[in-house]
Amino acid sequence: MTRLHVVTLPADASFQTWRDHARKLLRNDIPASFVEWRVRSAQDDLFAEESVLPAVAEGCQRTVRRGCVKLLQRILCHSSPDRFALAYRVLWRAGRAPGLIRDAADPDIAAANHMARQVRHDVHHMKSYVRFSEKQVAGSVSGSQARHFVSWFEPEHHILEIVAPFFAGRFADMNWLILTPKGSVAWDGAEAVVTREPCARETLEDETGHLWHTYYRSVFNPARVKMNAMRSGMPRKFWKNLPETGLIPEMLAEAARRGAG
Amino acid sequence: MKRTFSERLAILSDAAKYDASCASSGTEKRTSKGGKGLGSTESSGICHAHTPDGRCISLLKILMTNFCIYDCAYCINRISSGVERARFSVEDIVWLTLEFYRRNYIEGLFLSSGIIRSSDYTMEELVRVARVLRLEHGFRGYIHLKTIPDASPDLLAEAGLYADRLSINVELPTEKGLSLYAPEKNAAGIRGAMGHIRGRMEAAAEKAPSGRRPPRFAPGGQSTQMIVGADEATDRDILSSSATLYTGYRLRRVYYSAFSPIPDASARLPVIRPPLLREHRLYQADWLFRFYGFGFQEITESRPGGMLDLDMDPKLSWALDHRALFPVDINRADRETLLRIPGIGPRSVAALLAARKHRTVRLEDLERLKISIRKVRPFITTPDWRPTRLADRKDLRALFAPAPAQLSLL
Ligand code: SF4
Repeated sequence: MTRLHVVTLPADASFQTWRDHARKLLRNDIPASFVEWRVRSAQDDLFAEESVLPAVAEGCQRTVRRGCVKLLQRILCHSSPDRFALAYRVLWRAGRAPGLIRDAADPDIAAANHMARQVRHDVHHMKSYVRFSEKQVAGSVSGSQARHFVSWFEPEHHILEIVAPFFAGRFADMNWLILTPKGSVAWDGAEAVVTREPCARETLEDETGHLWHTYYRSVFNPARVKMNAMRSGMPRKFWKNLPETGLIPEMLAEAARRGAG
Repeated sequence: MKRTFSERLAILSDAAKYDASCASSGTEKRTSKGGKGLGSTESSGICHAHTPDGRCISLLKILMTNFCIYDCAYCINRISSGVERARFSVEDIVWLTLEFYRRNYIEGLFLSSGIIRSSDYTMEELVRVARVLRLEHGFRGYIHLKTIPDASPDLLAEAGLYADRLSINVELPTEKGLSLYAPEKNAAGIRGAMGHIRGRMEAAAEKAPSGRRPPRFAPGGQSTQMIVGADEATDRDILSSSATLYTGYRLRRVYYSAFSPIPDASARLPVIRPPLLREHRLYQADWLFRFYGFGFQEITESRPGGMLDLDMDPKLSWALDHRALFPVDINRADRETLLRIPGIGPRSVAALLAARKHRTVRLEDLERLKISIRKVRPFITTPDWRPTRLADRKDLRALFAPAPAQLSLL
């Protein structure tokens, strides 16, 4: 029983993939400290050593509370390679102490909450900062009237499955495609299809963009400049994909001129 | 010479920016899934961009027109102002809202207007925008309509049918201020409209005895805005006005807008502009009322001249004025008491209460509960920590006063 078990997973392994392994380990009663979770890289692909666990009947499975499953699902979306081990540790301990996940002062739970929070922020940012550009599509096959839109976005974590229903529920009457380095989401009016195949960056142009720039410039009140508040609401890392942020230097210069006058 | 669409947009959004509200939260949950429409709502609203003034852009916030027959001194659109004028048609606004929405720039529309011809005519046009969006385009995003003072109740009822939120600005915290600076408006009329809206909202929330549901009415509630620093009202006056608005009229939000030196200002207005910090402190006080269980009265009762402390936030200021109540034992204190500790918010309180069921909370645990030890240390005790009694410290205010601010723009 004291042998170290090695589980090797692809870097973008989904919750389901992790769960299959975690269940097996749990059924064999293998404590978290005896499992090593590794991320598969291209080189060690062929030589990866997997420990084989005896199959144990489905029945003797521990159950954990819904809140715990939710937390695990969240942290499995995180991009940190530590998430697999942390998730199993939480699962293992929660099986023995059901109230565990409510104790935010526990170091494992604090770490899990931290990851969950980062994932939540990423989801929120994606809902905020995806920008669609219209694509003219010649002669649509189905003859449908739906217009086509495309977006390029760079999420930090593996959140496409979480955000897909939001976009599907919001932009139901148009066809859209969101491309990201972590996969894509496509909607054709009936179904949202998520892949984890990395996409190439696209440069997108849209005619309505200039009206948005006009709006962005005009709602700014030059009598109050608060760049810190702005940065905390709209972190720097998103700026490169948000066309309006290119206007900021000019807007600030204008505000400074007015202030001085 | 006819202006381009973009030029009109610049004028009409510039004119709308003095309205602080951009919230798109708190309405019913809707999506366009399965249907033919466009749009959805989120319980907490989404900011789609931030401008360098630190404000978030959630809605397309524009005026239908900035022509106005009134002469409110604080307003850039008043009849006597020399500002450039423009007008959008109902179709223009509908088109722009939908195109912005499809690109995920916005959560919806916040439409207001200067008063042209008559209150009813203006209100009718605003309602028409909402009706066309909802009925002709199946738009399910957020709509906030400004109600025009003295518009007829029928128009208000129809506005509530399509809008998520309605607002009518009280503009100035006191009646005296209003009659001085907005001679055509009257406080009683504004309050009357608010009361009317409140009544309709409550009726919409109840089932009639016949079992029929009454017509929908602005599920996102009503809000208002007060201009701060244009008249002589103190923070105490302002907050007591807020108290009435929240409890008497059940407003969802009260916004405070520091009087901004508008171009071409009326000569009747004070020349000094209030510090922006004053607006910020009022928002903090408002927050304490809505989420921390503070009464508006206790926030200002010990403040000299009825003004909030600009050097520190109102919660810290309150704590220093009530230092005998501290330190608080964070392993024993009830929720209400925990909420009074400077540096601890409602979310941390919830985490703290949950963690207490599992352990005795020590100082080092606080970090994991997302509480800043540095901020709370003077106000709490834990088994491993006991501060010098606050009441014994003479240099107390100096201890918390901020470092001198830097005077640069960035
Ligand atoms: S009625 Fe409204 S738009 Fe007209 S001057 Fe007064 S505040 Fe400005």
